[in-house]
Amino acid sequence: MVYLFAAYAVFWGLTFVYVFTIASRQKRLQEELGTLRRALEREER
Amino acid sequence: MGRRFRLEDFLDWLSGLTMIAALYLVFLYAPTEATMGHVQRIFYFHVSAAWVGFFAFFVTLVASIAYLRAGKRDWDIVALSSVEIGMTFTAMAVITGSIWAKPTWNAWWPWQQEPRLILVTILLLLYLAYLMLRAFLEEEQQKARFAAVYGIVAFASVPFTFLSVRWWQRLHPVVFEREGIHLAPAMLVTFLFCLLTFTILYFTLLLHRSRLGTLADEVEGLKQKLRSGEGG
Repeated sequence: MVYLFAAYAVFWGLTFVYVFTIASRQKRLQEELGTLRRALEREER
Repeated sequence: MGRRFRLEDFLDWLSGLTMIAALYLVFLYAPTEATMGHVQRIFYFHVSAAWVGFFAFFVTLVASIAYLRAGKRDWDIVALSSVEIGMTFTAMAVITGSIWAKPTWNAWWPWQQEPRLILVTILLLLYLAYLMLRAFLEEEQQKARFAAVYGIVAFASVPFTFLSVRWWQRLHPVVFEREGIHLAPAMLVTFLFCLLTFTILYFTLLLHRSRLGTLADEVEGLKQKLRSGEGG
């Protein structure tokens, strides 16, 4: 049972790490995009 | 006002629901294997993760060819995204396989008796080199072109790794045989459903990761626009 638990823990661990990485990169890029759009608007005015 | 249909949301939900169903099948529906006992339940996710790994590298091959033919940045993003996902799932297959090997073969990593272990390590290193190649090149078009060629060449290792268990027939069992898959009906249903679940999960992750690539391009485009505005 320990091996079974360990194997599924590895699966969930790696899946969550990868999903979390994508989500945090997406959040950072969206914030950066917002900042850049505002800066561009200011420049165009 | 009705909500607009978003493919990401649909795939997120579908992935979640099929994953719950897959866990139900693995732990409650599939019978316990007579020789190995509960540890055999690792098989369903181990093989499915390996399948996604191989499939992801195949998608990289197709996207790389498409990029070289059409030169569209979208194909390059798909190729890169698929390598990332492929490496994650291949690593999963390797680690869960090693955990399964210990109680079954009495060794964590019997690479001297099982050539697939060496080949899968080479496979992972080859695709790690793909990511390193991209990290070291600076000019975007050159990076995409070199990566596409490398993505095509690196795929040669995938059929070798897949077929190695048939050629050498050492410790690793052959799942997909010429005559079919030798599993009890309830195990076969569970196995096929897990393959479907992991394939849906792959496309869900691919969509999210590709959108991330497009977003990064958009950010880069705005940065350049701002820089040129400052310069002018």
